[in-house]
Amino acid sequence: MSKPTSQPTGLGGLKYDASKRARANEWNIFAALIFIVVVFEVLNRLNGTSFLFNLRDNVPGLFNQQRLDIMILQVAITGIIALGVTQVIILGGIDLSSGSLVGATAMITMSFAQTALVNGNPNPKAVFGPEWMDLPVIVPIVVGLGCGIFAGFINGLLVAYTKIPPFIATLGMMVSARGASRWWSNGTPVSFPTETYATVSNGDLLGTLTFGLLHWDGQNPAVVFVALAVLFQVIMIYTLYGKHTYAIGSNEAAARMSGINVDRHKVLVYTIAGMLAGVSAVLLTSKNLTAQAGMGMMYELDAIAMAVIGGVSLSGGRGSIVGTVLGAAIFSVIISGFTSIKLDAYYQEMVKGAIIVGAVILDQWRQKNRTRG
Amino acid sequence: MSDIILETRGLTKHYGGVQALDDANFILHAGEHVAVVGDNGAGKSTFVRQITAVEQRTAGQIFFDGKEVTHAGPLDAREAGIETVFQTLALADDLDVPSNLFLGREIFKFRLGPFSWLDRKAMRDRTMEALKTTAVKIPNVDNPIRNMSGGQRQCVAIARTAAFASKLVIMDEPTAALGVQETAQVENIIRGLKERGIPMVLVSHNLRQVFDLVDRIVVFRRGRIVASLKRDETDGNDIVSYITGVKGNADGAFA
Ligand SMILES: Nc1ncnc2c1ncn2[C@@H]1O[C@H](COP(=O)(O)OP(=O)(O)O)[C@@H](O)[C@H]1O
Ligand SMILES: [Mg+2]
Repeated sequence: MSKPTSQPTGLGGLKYDASKRARANEWNIFAALIFIVVVFEVLNRLNGTSFLFNLRDNVPGLFNQQRLDIMILQVAITGIIALGVTQVIILGGIDLSSGSLVGATAMITMSFAQTALVNGNPNPKAVFGPEWMDLPVIVPIVVGLGCGIFAGFINGLLVAYTKIPPFIATLGMMVSARGASRWWSNGTPVSFPTETYATVSNGDLLGTLTFGLLHWDGQNPAVVFVALAVLFQVIMIYTLYGKHTYAIGSNEAAARMSGINVDRHKVLVYTIAGMLAGVSAVLLTSKNLTAQAGMGMMYELDAIAMAVIGGVSLSGGRGSIVGTVLGAAIFSVIISGFTSIKLDAYYQEMVKGAIIVGAVILDQWRQKNRTRG
Repeated sequence: MSDIILETRGLTKHYGGVQALDDANFILHAGEHVAVVGDNGAGKSTFVRQITAVEQRTAGQIFFDGKEVTHAGPLDAREAGIETVFQTLALADDLDVPSNLFLGREIFKFRLGPFSWLDRKAMRDRTMEALKTTAVKIPNVDNPIRNMSGGQRQCVAIARTAAFASKLVIMDEPTAALGVQETAQVENIIRGLKERGIPMVLVSHNLRQVFDLVDRIVVFRRGRIVASLKRDETDGNDIVSYITGVKGNADGAFA
């Protein structure tokens, strides 16, 4: 009638099918990055300039250092946000608030980073009284991270416990946080930080960390970005946090049935995303030595674009931190690339919009090809 | 008496105005395999969801392993020893086989709250073991299960249940979407559970399968248990007449 239990036949006709093996998507994205760089290099050469390289004799160096520095800074500041946004999207959510959070956090953080005397005169942009000035550098850093954590926590609570769609919850935070950044100092910029605060972004963190073995002066945002990217890549792959983030984004009902505390995990992921927006705000204000209410405008879309270009699926469950890092690089290369071929700024914004939509179309196309057959 | 592993008394579940489950009195003895049959919408899955605490019952009592239980959620029930294959697959498509098997009960190298370090090798090794003992073959356990066929995915869910089975296994229509060979595969796993003496509730529409596998058949009709028949004392026609309402007036307790 039927076969005994011990029969090891398995399911009928199942053989290892190499074509169905999961391919590391990141390699494709890396290839795309190289391809795009080459395209811009060629376009530049047609005009007698270079995208990557230094062609001028009066300036030393193999590479076009100025352009690279701008690109690296952009990747770092927005990329740090994208690290958090990536986790939120993998979770099956979305975070539209990160750009505004940068703005609000920048204003508040900078107010705790001001110095009392500017060239011997009282700080013209003072927000608080002198007793709140020249604070140790740790104070504004903690304030900045705290603002991000607080806002992210609210996002998480809204998404997890009120069951409103993440799109709406974080849209509300986006509008409120921008309002807060304008209200904070009635729209006037907050400037003149302490010297130590300026070194947060402009110092040589890599030199300090490696006891002078390596140096990367003035590129602390990039150092922090790389460190955080490595940290979260490891966390997403090797820890329970990562496993549950993917599981929830993949099948929330299944995660719940498996006993995962889905709501609590959502709060944690959104909180971490908020914290990363805070980190970005600290680095940005330290780099620019000023905070303005409009800071971080549209960063949330750039961050989402970086993630999606990097292979993070908007339907959740798929993508990686490494992918987002590559996506951030591609994004930045495209923006700088258009600048390098002297494309008008208006066109650039249009292109940016097209990139975002294009990346989402690509994502849907990928999904269609991946559904089970 | 003492060999009763699961008993429900007056188990009732309402969804708003819908009486999905009404006064279900059900007994499962140690080592026994019982089939739950009935038409679509008869309340079989609802019954399963109450026992496994996926939902909270409207009224009634559940006794498991000698004592009354009120599990707060599926994890609670699972920790008490109830393993379930739900009708809607509780799998995460983007995770590989070991991650799915151990979802919610991961093995750690060290604990650090949410950032506890996973012992991926241990989980993979135990997955291979579980697949071996249940004779489930998966071409590559390190792939996301998205790329697998319906049958393979069902086998992953069943292997998960069988691997962790301790006191009671519940399967809700495990072969409904499977082909002939895959069904035979699942039936072999169920026989293995029987040999290991693990009691089981099998929800199924397949009467051939039911008569092949279980000791007793419980018939649900419109949210009520209308019959409980020993396999050897009934036949397919008998069961069908209970399912369709020709026989049985939906009353009384059955054991
Ligand atoms: N979550 C729910 N909300 C409302 N009604 C439900 C829900 N789940 C099941 N029902 C209803 O309860 C009845 C029993 O359903 P179910 O237990 O799924 O039946 P079966 O598994 O026997 O096919 C059906 O009438 C169904 O429509
Ligand atoms: Mg059902």
